[in-house]
Parts: sequence; structure tokens; C-alpha cells
Amino acid sequence: MENIQYILPEIFISLSIMLFLLIGVFKKNSTTLIYNLSNISLVILLALIVNLSSIDKIYLFNNSYLIDNLSNYMKIILVGSGIFVMLIGSKYIQVINLNKIEYPILILSSILGMMIMISSNDLIVFYMGLELQSLALYVLASFNRDNLLSTESGLKYFVLSALSSGLLLYGCSLTYGFSESTNFDQILINSIEFNYGTTFGIVFILVGLAFKISAVPFHMWAPDVYQGSPTSVTLFFAILPKIAALSVFIKFLYTPFANMNDQWQTIIVFISIASMIFGAVAAIGQKNLKRLIAYSSISHMGYALAGLATISNQGIQSSITYISIYLVMNLAFFSCLFMLKRNDKYYENIDDLSGLSKKHPILSFSLLIVLFSLAGIPPLAGFFAKFYVFLAVIEQSMYFLAIVGLLATVVAAFYYLRIIKIIYFDPEKEEYETSHNLGLKITLAISTIFILAYFIYPRSITEIVSKITMI
Amino acid sequence: MLSIGLGHYLTLAAIIFTIGVVGIFLNRKNVIVILMSIELILLAVNINLVAFSIFINDLTGQIFTLFILTVAAAEAAIGLAIIVVYFRNSETIRVEEIKNLKG
Repeated sequence: MENIQYILPEIFISLSIMLFLLIGVFKKNSTTLIYNLSNISLVILLALIVNLSSIDKIYLFNNSYLIDNLSNYMKIILVGSGIFVMLIGSKYIQVINLNKIEYPILILSSILGMMIMISSNDLIVFYMGLELQSLALYVLASFNRDNLLSTESGLKYFVLSALSSGLLLYGCSLTYGFSESTNFDQILINSIEFNYGTTFGIVFILVGLAFKISAVPFHMWAPDVYQGSPTSVTLFFAILPKIAALSVFIKFLYTPFANMNDQWQTIIVFISIASMIFGAVAAIGQKNLKRLIAYSSISHMGYALAGLATISNQGIQSSITYISIYLVMNLAFFSCLFMLKRNDKYYENIDDLSGLSKKHPILSFSLLIVLFSLAGIPPLAGFFAKFYVFLAVIEQSMYFLAIVGLLATVVAAFYYLRIIKIIYFDPEKEEYETSHNLGLKITLAISTIFILAYFIYPRSITEIVSKITMI
Repeated sequence: MLSIGLGHYLTLAAIIFTIGVVGIFLNRKNVIVILMSIELILLAVNINLVAFSIFINDLTGQIFTLFILTVAAAEAAIGLAIIVVYFRNSETIRVEEIKNLKG
């Protein structure tokens, strides 16, 4: 019990979820109040986590919960992006009439689930965190319940995600049976000698995790869910579950399965190559911006996994840097998307961007920066993200992976540049509204400046990330 | 007299698991059947865990099973709720007609 202060962030967020539920029940018309309170509680949560970040490594609850540099960093970027997601989406959910008390509460509970996933050091704890996250996400995806597309995306996400949880769980049961423990460190000790059962376990667990991170060949849910769910939820889907799933990926590969790296390395390399190529090729014909960003996120996840395939600390750090920069780019892209509003209707097709530069020069310029950065054009942040990954991959002499990755970047550049062409050179359309709420403007400004100015001081991220060592 | 060993339980669980997975992909009729298939998958995992727990003499597996049962109930509840909401919008839950999102 003397270590209770180390899980203060988790305790705090669960208590605030229950408190907000009570307020929502007993106080009429408390939607806006709860939305703002949730935002404040996320800020406090961030402060609590930062306060713990000096801890190097602490095990809690019979070694089933681990707080270390990896979990602290991942929780900080998780909660930080959660705050921005809430800030950006506040106006949107009012306009399309989704402003209900459940919305912020579901977001908070899925963040709690993700925090538990990130810190877990035991199969049971991991599974509970994962389910808390997914159950909240099912509801969020179908949150616009009178809209056919939103409910359909919720249904699709539910079926495929429940299937992936099932596969993952089957893998967990095999791992438990053949290594005789659910504790990650204990599994590592017990799996020194080779055995087929654990190999099957790894394959199933990796399949389940690849589902969550939407890596090819388990990506089929992503485009539909991204397109169908409300845009603020799409933004949430594009960022937070990816952070959690990537850190769980790192945890699984480098703690319980570290002895079996010759077996999983090929799988990860395959998934990574397939995601990079598929994400780049399939996005070419898309007309809907949300669908396009889904394919783009698939290919970005491919690059993040490429770093994990290297079995080196440098590779892990490059993946973590990649996901940090990826989340900033996505925040910027979606804030641009939220600005395409006219008469209380949001526009999300690529055609709607046609000739945007004539009447909205600043918005077009930020979109230009974001798209260049997503494509990986040099001085911007997106280039550095890819650069670190390729550096780590080449250092381990995995030239094939690096070459395929570079080629996929070239293909992907085509569709990003096509959007830029549409913005700057196509005939202009009607003007969009220019009055946006402060949170949206601030987020767009901060993220664009970060993308633009990252090259001046790249150590801002790499220095913190370099403390994360798994091997 | 044939004694039932760990292998038998694992085979049973593997068969049920396969039926569940195949049921999700081959089913063209009704979403409810998918819910049942998901339930089958989770129950197969439970059989696995309990069998392992007995044979390696460790209680953790059975505790894991209790957690999975609870989560499976919650998952089925949410799944049914989503199906109801979807049915209200589209008036069908036939799997082959759920294709408004594509491209």
C-alpha cells in the first residue's frame, strides 16, 4: 500500500469519471459544464503524470503494473493529445448536436483504459485495460446514433475489434499455458527454451495488436470507421489508440517475447512493408478526406513498425519519435478539416478544398505545411520522423525494408501533392466561415509552428526519448 | 480406459475457436450470428485457460477466466445496443446489406 502515490493519475481519472457521471445524473443541462470539467481534469491528469516522470522504474501490485520511462512518456503524449482532441472538437459536437454528457465521459474512460494498457506488466491487467478502451470506443464510433453511417461504422468496428480481442485473448491463453505465468517478466524467464505453444501465442497476440494499430493485413476496418464516425471521434481514433497500441507493441516485443525475436522479426517486417505499400497505393483514388487520412495513417503505422523491427534501442526510440510527430501532424490536419464549415455544415471531401487558397490564404498555408510534412518533405517535422526510422533500419543493415519504405514515401507523396494542387490551382468555390473558436485556432497555430520549427531544435523530442531503453 | 489429458482440452478449445472465427467470416445472414460467434471465441479461450490452470497447477488462469466472462457480458450488451441503433436507422441487420460505407 505504500506505493499508492505512483498510480495517483489513474486513481484521479477514475474518480473524476465517477464524479462527472453523478453530476450528469443529478444536475439538469450540465453538458457544457461536464465537457469543460473533463478538459480541466485532463490538464490536472497531465500535471500528475509529469510529476511522476522522474521515476526510473517501479513495479506495483505484485509486479503486475510497471511505471517506467516508456510508460511515462507515452502517457504524457497520450493525455496531451487528449486535451487537444477535446479542445478541437468542442464546437463540432455542438454543431452536429452530439453534445451529451456521455461524450466526454467515454473519452475519459477510454483514456483511462489506454493508460492501464500502457503501464500493464501482466496479461490480465493488459486485457482489462484493452477492453475498457475498446468498449468506450465502440460507443464513441456510433455516437451519432441517428446517422446511418455513424452507426454502421460503430457496428463494423465492434465486430472486427471484438474478433481481434478474441484472437489476442487466444494468444494470451496459449502464452499463459506454455510459459506458465501471466506476468511479462516471468514469461520472459520461462520462455528461454523454444516451444511451439508460445510461438502460436506470439502470432495470435501480434495479429490482435496489428488489428488495434490498423496495420495491413488487418486494416479493413480503418477506412470505414474513420469515414463513418463523427469527425471529432475520427480524430480521437487517429491518434490516441495508436499511441496506446504502439506502446503495447513495444512492451510485448521487448519484454515477454524478447527471447524469441528471431520468430517475430519476420512478421513485423512483413506487416510493416505491407502497411507502407498498401497505405500509399490505396489512398490514391480516395475522394473523402477522412478516408484518405485513414489510409495515410495505415502507411504511417507501417513506418512506426519498421522502427520496432530493428531490435535495437535506436529503433524503438525512432518509432516513439515517429508517433509523437505523427500525432502533431494529425492534430494540425484535423483542425484544418474542422475549419471547412459553412452554414453549420462541415465539408469533408477533397473537392471541397478546390481553390481554397484564394479566400483562405492562412488556412491553405497551414494545410500546405501539414501535407508536405505528412509526405515527408525535408525541413518539416514529418521528414525527421521518417529520417530517424530509416537511420535505425539502415544501421541494422535491413536495406530491403529501407528501400521499400523510401519507395512507398514517393508513391504517398503523389496523393498529398494532389491535394495541394487542388487547393492552389483549381477553380475556387464558395467561401467558408472564418469565425472559429479559440481552441481550434490555438491548436492549429501550435501544431503548425511545431511542424515548421522542429528542425531548429530537434533535440526537444529526441533528448527525452533517448531515456527510453528496452534492451 | 482412456484418460482425458491437456491435449484433448486444447483440441476442443481449438475446434470451438475455429468455428467461431469461421462463423464470423462465412456468415452472410445476420449480425446476431456474429455476436454468437464472438461469444464462442471467448468461451474457447476460457476452456483453454481453465485447462491450463488445472494442468500447470496455477490459479491465475481461473481468475483470468472470471475477468473474461465479465468482459464478454459487457461486450455482448454493447454489441446488442449498437445493433439495435443500427436497425433503427437502416431497418435491416442482414450482413450483406451493411455496405453504405465503401470506396
